[in-house]
Amino acid sequence: MADDIATSEPAAEAAPPPAPDPRPDPQPPILRIENVVKSFGSFRAVDGVSLDIRAGEFFALLGPSGCGKTTLLRMLAGFESPDEGRILLSGEDIGDVLPHQRPVNMMFQNYALFPHLNVRDNIAFGLRRAGMPRAEIATRVAEMVALVRLEGLEKRKPDQLSGGQRQRVALARSLARRPQVLLLDEPMAALDKKLRESTQFELMELQRRLGMTFIIVTHDQEEAMTVATRIGVMNAGRLEQVAAPRRLYEEPASRWVAEFVGDINLFEGEVTAREPLRLRVATSTAGELVAAQPVVPITETRVSVAIRPEKIRLALRRPAGDATGINCVEGAVSDASYLGGKTVYKIKLDGGAVLHAAQANTARLDADGYGLNQRVVAWFTPDDCVVLER
Amino acid sequence: MAARASRLSRFNVASLTLGLAFLYLPILILVIYSFNASRLVTVWGGWSLRWYHEFFNDRAMIDAAWMSLRVGATSATVATVLGTLAAVALSRGQGFRGRLLFSGMLYAPLVMPEVITGLSLLLLFVALEVERGFWTVTIAHTTLTMCFVAVVVQSRLVSLDRSLEEAAMDLGCDPFRAFAMVTLPLIAPAVIAGWMLAFTLSLDDLVIASFTTGPGSATLPIRIYSEVRLGVKPEINAICTLVIGLIAVVIVIASLASKLSSDRGESAAPL
Repeated sequence: MADDIATSEPAAEAAPPPAPDPRPDPQPPILRIENVVKSFGSFRAVDGVSLDIRAGEFFALLGPSGCGKTTLLRMLAGFESPDEGRILLSGEDIGDVLPHQRPVNMMFQNYALFPHLNVRDNIAFGLRRAGMPRAEIATRVAEMVALVRLEGLEKRKPDQLSGGQRQRVALARSLARRPQVLLLDEPMAALDKKLRESTQFELMELQRRLGMTFIIVTHDQEEAMTVATRIGVMNAGRLEQVAAPRRLYEEPASRWVAEFVGDINLFEGEVTAREPLRLRVATSTAGELVAAQPVVPITETRVSVAIRPEKIRLALRRPAGDATGINCVEGAVSDASYLGGKTVYKIKLDGGAVLHAAQANTARLDADGYGLNQRVVAWFTPDDCVVLER
Repeated sequence: MAARASRLSRFNVASLTLGLAFLYLPILILVIYSFNASRLVTVWGGWSLRWYHEFFNDRAMIDAAWMSLRVGATSATVATVLGTLAAVALSRGQGFRGRLLFSGMLYAPLVMPEVITGLSLLLLFVALEVERGFWTVTIAHTTLTMCFVAVVVQSRLVSLDRSLEEAAMDLGCDPFRAFAMVTLPLIAPAVIAGWMLAFTLSLDDLVIASFTTGPGSATLPIRIYSEVRLGVKPEINAICTLVIGLIAVVIVIASLASKLSSDRGESAAPL
């Protein structure tokens, strides 16, 4: 690995292909959120959020706890009403419409299954309220039970079900009324890791099959990236960035997003030279770095250069030949974490910074690992760097 | 293993026996002496149902018992409705202004001396020139017992997940139907327990009833108290035994009913 720099593939290309770009949609969005503000006392939980969600989209609201994502979802469901701004569903303002009159349904984080009703009655609950004829209810419930594979459990009470089964009942109940938009509040938070992963794929499959609009709230970025076609990252009541998973990861719009989504190395510095496609940044901890000029050129001089750990390659020597266009930093390995699929090295740079570098473990017999305190050269291309305003 | 762990030690058995004896020995003696054939309360004269017979022929005593049952049932029912509504408002409307004041005011009667409650109600009824009788006692007992119902129901509501009601609304229930279809079935045991508490409190209240009742509408405790002042008759023992029996039956039925309803709630769902 140390010497085959020329043939080593950039890690980014090994990543799964990006989700197909949603086609530009001439129709108005199914859900439009306009400058919505919601305060609790003096705390602005949602602080001026505007967002369009297209029909058939699987949209994720991602953010740390307390960022306002759940409050926003609850406003969509009607449990909270916005202090300012409008929420339009299919072009109609639903700001003052009560929850039971909205054509949206919600799947609750703790499922909120009615403990005194069995599985069938839980699923049928919303249909009965809608005044659906009895025969039709029976058909729809059977359909829903089959959809979430709960056959044979119709007579069970919620407390006689496992966590995964309860989750599926909650999903079936919220889907039974065929809402225009399904809201999911941390739907997989209570499941263990294995079950969560399989459920994520089932949920995606289900959403594709039904063609329904799903909005999921989660604090788990992997979950958001797995299921969603677009992700809105929230921080302190504001939307930081709305983008497809790949763009969110590769082109974070702010330093906050870059640090929140995935692991990243950040070097603060000042722009010393602006070339048409390149920026030269003098950093205090990693020397001079060359980075690609962002699509929207940066005018600030004080910037941060960000590089993802898996975009960094390690070698024992500097790359051969002309390496002037490449960033090379030297240091010593201070820590190595073997994680199975990859090994994450912490490298103490000569400039003082600690660099995280992830190396894919592509061979079973890996003779290329680096030992503690070994001197290494870490290098990465300007195109893999993202320049962010500080 | 579990059986051995849960077996009572000698100390447990002793303390349990002492405690139960302390609570129930006086009652047991009362029950036994109610079957006494002797006219003297403290002298055993053999088994007899004489005093029960005597009670059923005592017109005034029967009227008082009937009055107490009516007052108890009516006031307990009204108090249960009001207390449940108050508990719902207190536990659900977290944001409303003056919530602390309201809950304080609701719970004040719990610690208010009964003499004060009785006296203030008497003054109110006199000021309003209401004729005292069945309804004044019922109203007084409603104010006394409502806060007990509220406490019992609220403790159940607090442990109830708020999102259940939200889920019901999300699935098409207006707030009232969400309460009726989801919340009420889930708090039903607490509501029943609240009713029972209110009923028994009303049944044994002497102080407030004596302040608020009028001539010709004495409740059982008032009647018993006035009889006892003239000397304890064995008939009183018989009445008390009947009251104890009634309360025991009500409690057993209520606990069986709530157990049954929690065991098979399927039928509770309207199809």
